[in-house]
Amino acid sequence: MSNLFDLLVAGLATGAIYALVAVGFTLLWQTSQTINFAQGEFVMLPAFLMLAAMHVGAPFWLAIILGILLSMILLGLAFKMLLVDPMMRHGVLPLAIATMALAIGIKEAVKQFFSAEASPFPSIVPTGDITVLGHVVSLQSIGVLVVAILAVFGLTTLLNRTSLGHQMQAAAQNPTVARIIGVPVERMILLTFLINAFLVALASLLITPIYLAKFSSGEVLGQAAFIAAIVGGFNQVRGAIAGGLLIGVLDNLAASYISTQYRAAVPLIFLIVVILFRPQGLLGRAEERTV
Amino acid sequence: MSGFAKPLKIALGLIVIAGLIVVPMNFNRYGLFILSQWAVMTIAAMGLNLTLGYAGQVSLAQGAFVGIGAYAAAIMTTHGWPLPAAIVVAIVLAFAVGWVLGYPALRVQHHYLAFVTLAFSTLAFLVFRNESWLTGGIYGISNIPRPHFFGIATNKPLPFYYVCLGSLAIVSVAVWWLIRSPWGRAFMALRENPLRAQSLGIDTRRYTLMAFAIGSALGGVAGALYAPLTQYIDPVPFNLSLSLDLLMMVIVGGAGFFFGPFLGAMIAVLLPEWLRFTEGYYLMLYAIAVMGLLIWSPTGILGILDRAMAARRTKAASALRAVAKSRLETVQ
Repeated sequence: MSNLFDLLVAGLATGAIYALVAVGFTLLWQTSQTINFAQGEFVMLPAFLMLAAMHVGAPFWLAIILGILLSMILLGLAFKMLLVDPMMRHGVLPLAIATMALAIGIKEAVKQFFSAEASPFPSIVPTGDITVLGHVVSLQSIGVLVVAILAVFGLTTLLNRTSLGHQMQAAAQNPTVARIIGVPVERMILLTFLINAFLVALASLLITPIYLAKFSSGEVLGQAAFIAAIVGGFNQVRGAIAGGLLIGVLDNLAASYISTQYRAAVPLIFLIVVILFRPQGLLGRAEERTV
Repeated sequence: MSGFAKPLKIALGLIVIAGLIVVPMNFNRYGLFILSQWAVMTIAAMGLNLTLGYAGQVSLAQGAFVGIGAYAAAIMTTHGWPLPAAIVVAIVLAFAVGWVLGYPALRVQHHYLAFVTLAFSTLAFLVFRNESWLTGGIYGISNIPRPHFFGIATNKPLPFYYVCLGSLAIVSVAVWWLIRSPWGRAFMALRENPLRAQSLGIDTRRYTLMAFAIGSALGGVAGALYAPLTQYIDPVPFNLSLSLDLLMMVIVGGAGFFFGPFLGAMIAVLLPEWLRFTEGYYLMLYAIAVMGLLIWSPTGILGILDRAMAARRTKAASALRAVAKSRLETVQ
């Protein structure tokens, strides 16, 4: 039983990061029908921005601030203005392909300008173990879980409790009506891109100390976040959170109870089953058909 | 104007074909390998173009079918079977698996379908890697023989290039015929408006499954040629990124255009080679080129040509109209 408890904690910690990444993915989908195939690379890049800042002598806290700011400019503002805006009216598929190309571009740029080797990354939460209810749990897992939960809690409060959040939701659900009642839809869309950039920077900060900073580390993470978003229902923020936690736990349990070789297959089979029987996701609402 | 267009097109086509046959004769080993790779990837992309471009079903699993074809060919030819038999088996196998993969398309569309096929692609990769009794696992299968045709060995790069080119020619003619047949029209009806297609009496169920199965079968053909081309296969080339690459080829070339896959594969296979002199920057430049092209023309390269031709036709038509109008006026 103790083993199961440990697996659950570790699974929830990974799941919380998947949730952070998946939430950004659902935000972009809701406001601008953008499927961002580079979301995994978006998580990888901020860690390298922070490392670069430390290389030129910035202390860790300053590097974090610079990294987050830079990622909001590059992955939020520039991504929206240079790639999404010119392609938005052409439909989902060409834009999705363009983000695939963007993923290649980011990966290669990091490999070329920084390093092809994995670099260590300092942790923002203290390392070590503590004993909870007779179980040894790593502080890092708890730290990741706590920070991710706080971020998600902050985001849902923003969306559901503030006027700004209501405007964002209105812009996402029905841009035409939102525009009529005076919501600055364009600004709300930009805001969601900035929030996505902030969330991926935060995820980067949490996950990189555990898995090291490597140019290729976005692939696995991006895919896990997509699966999480779809399983949970990617037109719902709470769906993405639930999906992230579920996939994190499932992945950890599958690795120790089913087979390490087919560990990656378990979430995928789960994904196929969910799509076939409940395409809108476990917590999603059905989108009206356009045909 | 249009009287010249057709002979001009035929002449251009003949020049290109002759060029593809003659020019590579003095290419080195590597150049021939790249060109053969272009021919093989074009076949796979043509399959995806049928599924995506003509029938409108998004698939991120074409790379997995190339893998299925490649493993079928590798396993059979290393056990002494001739390559044509292996190609037939690859076609049948990929067709059957593609048919089954089509079933989700009956329930879900667009991005959901993209993710089901993406999941399938990753699952196929896991099977290639883990079932080592059949696929050799991470060590792969080596010493894949190249075939003999009519007593001529194709071990050398040039003869095998002609095998790839010949296969491409056969597939091209078959696809050309297919998209002009009632089947192709049914596919396009499926893409344009599934509901109307159904009301016209098209069995959308059957044609959706067919679109997947035929597209996948061509992926299988490409794989069956890829295995003897590289003479060594392991799971890595058939992971998700091959499926994404093939999708990029189709979109960049121009989805739903017959010649789209030829151009798309040329860009995906040759452009990185041409940019290789830039060393570490080549994939970065490639990514920027693809993004730039898609911003400029989301319908791909042939989309640009198509628009230019449409614009010229409009211009010619309005010129004719102006002439007719002035004649009318002079008569009055």
